[in-house]
Amino acid sequence: MSAAKLDARQEILERIHHAAGGAGDRAAEYAAIPREYRREGGMAPEARLELFAARLYEYGASVYRCTAAQIADAVAQALTQRRRTAIVVSHGVPASWLPDGFEFVEDNDLSYAALDQSNGVLTGCEAAVAFTGTIILRHGPGQPRRAVTLVPDYHLCVVRAQQIVETLPEAIRRVEEFRAAPLTTISGPSATSDIEMTRVKGVHGPRTLDVVLVL
Amino acid sequence: MSVKVGQAAEAPSFAKASRGALGNTQLRHNVRNATDVIRARRAHAVAETLDWPQLRDSARAIKDHVLRHLGAYLEQFEAACTAAGGKVHWARDADEANQTVIDIIRSHGASEVIKVKTMTSDETALNPALEAAGISPIETDLADLIIQLGGDKPSHIVVPALHRNKAEIRRLFMEKMQLQDLGERAEDLAAAARRYLRERFLRASVGLSGANFAIAESGSLCVVESEGNGRMCVTLPKVLISLVGIEKIVPTFGDLEVFLQLLARSATGERMNPYNSVWTGVTPGDGPQEFHVVLLDNGRTGVLADPESRATLACIRCGACLNICPVYRQTGGHAYGSIYAGPIGAILTPQLQAMKHSQSLPYASTLCGACYDVCPVKIDIPEILIHLRSKVVKGHGAPLAERLAMKAVARAFSNGGRLESAQKLVRIAQKPFVEDGVIGRLPGMLANWTRFRDLPEVPAESFRQWWAARRRKEIP
Ligand code: SF4
Repeated sequence: MSAAKLDARQEILERIHHAAGGAGDRAAEYAAIPREYRREGGMAPEARLELFAARLYEYGASVYRCTAAQIADAVAQALTQRRRTAIVVSHGVPASWLPDGFEFVEDNDLSYAALDQSNGVLTGCEAAVAFTGTIILRHGPGQPRRAVTLVPDYHLCVVRAQQIVETLPEAIRRVEEFRAAPLTTISGPSATSDIEMTRVKGVHGPRTLDVVLVL
Repeated sequence: MSVKVGQAAEAPSFAKASRGALGNTQLRHNVRNATDVIRARRAHAVAETLDWPQLRDSARAIKDHVLRHLGAYLEQFEAACTAAGGKVHWARDADEANQTVIDIIRSHGASEVIKVKTMTSDETALNPALEAAGISPIETDLADLIIQLGGDKPSHIVVPALHRNKAEIRRLFMEKMQLQDLGERAEDLAAAARRYLRERFLRASVGLSGANFAIAESGSLCVVESEGNGRMCVTLPKVLISLVGIEKIVPTFGDLEVFLQLLARSATGERMNPYNSVWTGVTPGDGPQEFHVVLLDNGRTGVLADPESRATLACIRCGACLNICPVYRQTGGHAYGSIYAGPIGAILTPQLQAMKHSQSLPYASTLCGACYDVCPVKIDIPEILIHLRSKVVKGHGAPLAERLAMKAVARAFSNGGRLESAQKLVRIAQKPFVEDGVIGRLPGMLANWTRFRDLPEVPAESFRQWWAARRRKEIP
């Protein structure tokens, strides 16, 4: 680090010190911050699942419900419906999810060009929020690389019922232990409201998102 | 120290700048249309969030707490980010920040950089600095791309190209992307942007972002977006540089549960925006393997030093105060002569510039109080405006009319202690300008606005009720 940069740091911290002081017990003050907002939902599991599915429909995602034993069948159904044949499989996806009759490519550090040319990607997730229809992906070792969930134009995500919580605060607590890993939250497919404030689906992220919902 | 806020220093005063906008019917139409849509959606999203007031209270309390302990939190952020493999730089002002960014890009021999919407880089006027250094910045946010291709300026902090309609964008894309043909639907325009940028994303070696939140405990950054261009920029390049204002700190990862619930609903009226990215330093085998954070002051410590306007730094840039503001809706964003438009711009820009330039901005408001009501972090913008106006008057004297208004304001303060409501205040402040129930000339920079239309006097009911009624009359 150069001397000039050290100076910038010192100078800014000094300015802050003069401006704001910073006296008082920081930890105690933080603990005393009021948090009267809803930190837990009150829905029954079935209602929560229905709400999550309804939000996904609103986002234009198709939802395929199945039992744990039927995941491969549901995956086949989704891929057939969307006419996708060559699919990238992210880290963390068990072989039992993969149906016969499709071309699955494991992500061994695939190039961006290869991802771009693929038909889509299959991943799991870490948690989901019913109220906002949000899926939370965790990345890092043994998990889908961020690029793999981003560059392909189609994302098929497997979500298990027990991963779904009602509110964002509950989901944040679920993924908190992984906060040092990259995390991505996905609420519907890529979209923009930049043109006359109309929500238009599909800009740079995957333009189509489907979900296999494991009951 | 010279504090830059985009091109504000060279920009004309609000009065001069708004003259053009008020004469431009198409622009006013575009702005009104867009803000009408966004307001209706926001109102719906907020109404169904039953704990909205509690979320706002917590958000504000967290921000106030951070501002009281900003130094310690920044040091905590720096330590955690560094431990995770990031490099933290500090920049006193815009030029220092720009130079730091340029040095990093040069050290990799890169000639272009992909950018996700960052207001902070607009504030430091990074793009012209990059171009002068022979580096091409590629804006990837759809709206910013529209602005960049059109050689235009942003007019809204969330929807920067909101002053452009579909037909205008289509013409621009056909010309600049050299397309023989292009459909007319918004979907077609978005698809054109996708094709145009895809190859640029995949080949980029350096990415540049801002951050909506910087998490002190973990040294993580969070970028909130819709299109996926943000994910592209923070994921695909080998090198990532994030330019972050020092006020963007939140103490813990858990605090995101408050701000992520407020931001999307306030900004676009969605329950949640399509994408949020959170990352910490460098992750082996995933994303950029070199990561720099530039922490920017550029006048923020000056704002921090004034307890009466410090809350300005709590802003999460949702844009709700712009969409609700009757003055913004009349003039559009360009009149503010700063990348920060609307009510937040009217308080932020003059403070960042230590009241040296853009002194007209605190007058670009009617003090109706709507901005305070919608602000997710409860910034009392009218109160700060009054405070800044008094600073302008103290520093330089003011035209007689304005001084009279200020006296009335001062009386209101001294009699009632803290002012009870902004509505009350506007009725007092406008007194010297009212004749026969019509506001002939408003003080300061609203003067130009009233030159175009005589405003009826603000009645005893709230300004907003009056405004809504007036609008209904105007547009059947
Ligand atoms: S001042 Fe409040 S309403 Fe305005 S942009 Fe900032 S956070 Fe949003």
